[in-house]
Amino acid sequence: MSGISLSTTSYRNVSIVLFTLLVVTLVLAELHLGPLAWVAALVIACAKTVLVAVYFMHLRFATPLTRVFALAGVVWYVILLGLTLGDVLTRAH
Amino acid sequence: MTHLAIAPQFDDAAQQHESAALGMWAFLATEVLFFGGLLTVYTVYRMAHPAAFAEASSHLYTWIGAVNTVVLLLSSWTMALAVHAGAHGERARIIRMLAATMALGLAFLLLKAVEYYLDFHDHLVPGRAFRPDWSTNAPAAQMFFILYFILTGMHAAHMLVGVLVVACFVAVIRTTPSPARHANALELVGLYWHFVDIVWIFLFPLLYLVA
Repeated sequence: MSGISLSTTSYRNVSIVLFTLLVVTLVLAELHLGPLAWVAALVIACAKTVLVAVYFMHLRFATPLTRVFALAGVVWYVILLGLTLGDVLTRAH
Repeated sequence: MTHLAIAPQFDDAAQQHESAALGMWAFLATEVLFFGGLLTVYTVYRMAHPAAFAEASSHLYTWIGAVNTVVLLLSSWTMALAVHAGAHGERARIIRMLAATMALGLAFLLLKAVEYYLDFHDHLVPGRAFRPDWSTNAPAAQMFFILYFILTGMHAAHMLVGVLVVACFVAVIRTTPSPARHANALELVGLYWHFVDIVWIFLFPLLYLVA
């Protein structure tokens, strides 16, 4: 457990930011921004994920190898999604 | 700070801790790809039928989804505090925070069950009872609800596993002579719990806020 030095106050602050981002998501959904809303909602979801992973899941204190493992799932998912959309979006009909 | 027992195969506490974290992150990578596959199917169908998906999504109970998001964010907070207490070997605080996490997890599942009941009542469950009188594209609407039930169902199954594991840990921490010995294991439960929270962070806007 060496190196983990986040205080309970930091956890509270991160939680407050997460709740704020949820409110922003709900407000944006009410504004009906069209296709932009999907992008905005996903960007906020990614921001929340980074906060949870870095602070709650302690990636901030993790060794470089652990960070590589954490990123591996995301990298392979981007390949999966990217190649699938590369097919679907370029079909003739 | 802590008095971890070091297993014979490890040089020191740091190496033991890194090995545990690596193993859990490797498992979580497979979980990312499991949910990722389903979300890829979702993305492809939503791009093919954007209007039908928006229409179908508007029939979900957004307020239940929003309340459940708050419940899960709160539970991640209490879980982070449980792991923090575990690192300091504070038995009473670990048990308090784990109990709070478990209660929030159960509240999520209860709300989800109520929501499924209401969905069933509204004839939104795919199959024979599926009656989308409102829909202009019933097959695409049905596909939305198939994905909704598979994604939220698999997420709820993960929640149930999380609640059971946390319950086991409450029992272990209550009786163990040294709570600090279980700090690493507790941190791994925390990693799992936060991951399940992250899945919901994506499911909520993707399923409930399409319109």
